[in-house]
Amino acid sequence: MTPFDRPIERTSGRRGRPSRKVVLNLIVIAIMVLWLVPTFGLLFNSFRPAVDVSGSGWWTSLVPPWNFNLDNYRHVLSQNDIGEAFVNSLFITIPSTIIPVAVAAFAAYAFSWMSFRGRDLLFVVIVGLLVIPLQTTFIPLLRLLGPQGIELLGPGVGSFVAIWFAHAGYGLPFAIYLLRNYMGGLPREVFESAAIDGASHVTAFFRLAVPMSVPAIASLAIFQFLFVWNDLLVALIFIGATNAPNLPLTVAVANLSNSLGGEWQFLMAAAFLSMILPLAVFFALQRYFVRGITGGAVKG
Amino acid sequence: MDDRLVTALIVVVGVPATVVGYILLTEALLRAVPTRLQSTIRPWLWLLPALLLLGVFLVFPTLTTIGLSFQDKLSRNFVGLANYEYFFSTGSTLAALRNNVIWLVLLTVFTVGGGLLFATLFDRVRFESAAKSVIFLPLAISFVGAGVIWRFMFAYRPPNEPQTGTLNAVVTGLGFEPITWLQGSPLNTVLLIAVAAWIWTGFAMVILSAALKGISPELLEAARVDGANELQVFRRITFPLLLPTVAVVSTTMIITALKAFDIVYVMTNGSFDTQVIANQMYAELFRFNQPGRGSAVAVILLLLIVPVMIVNIRRFRAQEAIR
Repeated sequence: MTPFDRPIERTSGRRGRPSRKVVLNLIVIAIMVLWLVPTFGLLFNSFRPAVDVSGSGWWTSLVPPWNFNLDNYRHVLSQNDIGEAFVNSLFITIPSTIIPVAVAAFAAYAFSWMSFRGRDLLFVVIVGLLVIPLQTTFIPLLRLLGPQGIELLGPGVGSFVAIWFAHAGYGLPFAIYLLRNYMGGLPREVFESAAIDGASHVTAFFRLAVPMSVPAIASLAIFQFLFVWNDLLVALIFIGATNAPNLPLTVAVANLSNSLGGEWQFLMAAAFLSMILPLAVFFALQRYFVRGITGGAVKG
Repeated sequence: MDDRLVTALIVVVGVPATVVGYILLTEALLRAVPTRLQSTIRPWLWLLPALLLLGVFLVFPTLTTIGLSFQDKLSRNFVGLANYEYFFSTGSTLAALRNNVIWLVLLTVFTVGGGLLFATLFDRVRFESAAKSVIFLPLAISFVGAGVIWRFMFAYRPPNEPQTGTLNAVVTGLGFEPITWLQGSPLNTVLLIAVAAWIWTGFAMVILSAALKGISPELLEAARVDGANELQVFRRITFPLLLPTVAVVSTTMIITALKAFDIVYVMTNGSFDTQVIANQMYAELFRFNQPGRGSAVAVILLLLIVPVMIVNIRRFRAQEAIR
């Protein structure tokens, strides 16, 4: 099974000279190379010594004599608390993914299979919340959660609790939208016959809705995971750029990026370390990832 | 560290358990209520956790921000529209607004145009899924990571030194002088948008490609049998059928462009005339300690997005009507 939709053999019956086919293939390959070059540049450079990086372009490292080593990674992992930041990122991301998925599942079920006054209007309002720029929420939330308020933010564990629930709140409109789209599309007969057999909503939720919605739940979880892992803005606001022990990877790398003008080689190693987990998640689960977005946006 | 591990465990196990426990508890309590009332109350109990989170983290702060935007920097005195006047009478903030308009137009054109082109081209080759994975890949990378990657593309060295930046190596290889990519306006804004397009084109491509595959092959074949060439088939049949999907993707990209922050923050931090609204707001808040002005910037951003939101809701309602 390929990660994306199976290519449909539509070109087979078409007239077309072989030379045109070759040109088309070459164009596609050129686009792929173009898209990969920036990332490969960083990858190769991150394994080169500082002198080489500042003295010549990454492409010169491709010809022998090869001069690659792991020193940049070793240095970054020992000196710049990047290892700590990696753990912090995990510590932020996992709860920030679980909370909205759990909360959204119940809300999506209520929107799909319970009828109540104002249901459609409320759902439309929640979808409308999708477009609120996160920036509009920061000052009031800082006042509420910061030193002037309930003092949750700061060097302790509290700022993590704040960021978990903030990410959960920010992620909910999309989560409810995606899950409601999927759950609402499940066959009505299944839920009707369950109700006739006397099953409660709780039973229908756990025995029918959740197991049948696994693809949507999986894609939502991947989305939220990538979003939170890659987030810089929310972390800057709730954790702060200078809150050393609590920094996630994105903030740590951004700090390196702003401060180390002349020490690029460490920045590159750090940046690549920050990409390892999302890339692994992406390659392992891209089937769900793609199905999730296309399922929500394109019907049929 | 141990402290955190314990907290993490409590959250990972505790939150789902709490939510489930909450639902079971409400069900137990509902049994005491007359049957007819049960089905009225139950949906609201199931929605309550979501509504609480949305209320605390989105609705309440947005409303408060609107209020703050009419107050001074200490958030004590009402100053009317002074913060808005400041925004619309200061050169640097107006430049940010202008740059966001450039972002909006170019990012949408680049991503939707590129996505459409790639989806159409890739549809005709055998290694389609590999090609799509490559274009989609940058979406898994953080904007911070992308910023670092592209600093290498744009790096500049004086003409007589060996170039380390990929683009300048190409430029000097062709016999031209190296260019300071990120320092000349408006080229630098266009290049920052190109980085954003590098990230988001894969998103547009995947959605457009799914819609493309939904078009019946017989329809296209019929047009070809009738003598239409490939360009005509695309213009007269494929593109009109893709139009609703193009609208969806464009909406998403417009919102993305208006909210653009990370790439600018990491790559130029708004210097050399590349400022955008979101970064301006961050600067007002945390560098200049101006919550009133920062809130006004946020409200302006919100107002820019409202029309997009209305279009979105209309479309969503139409789609629901078909269901």
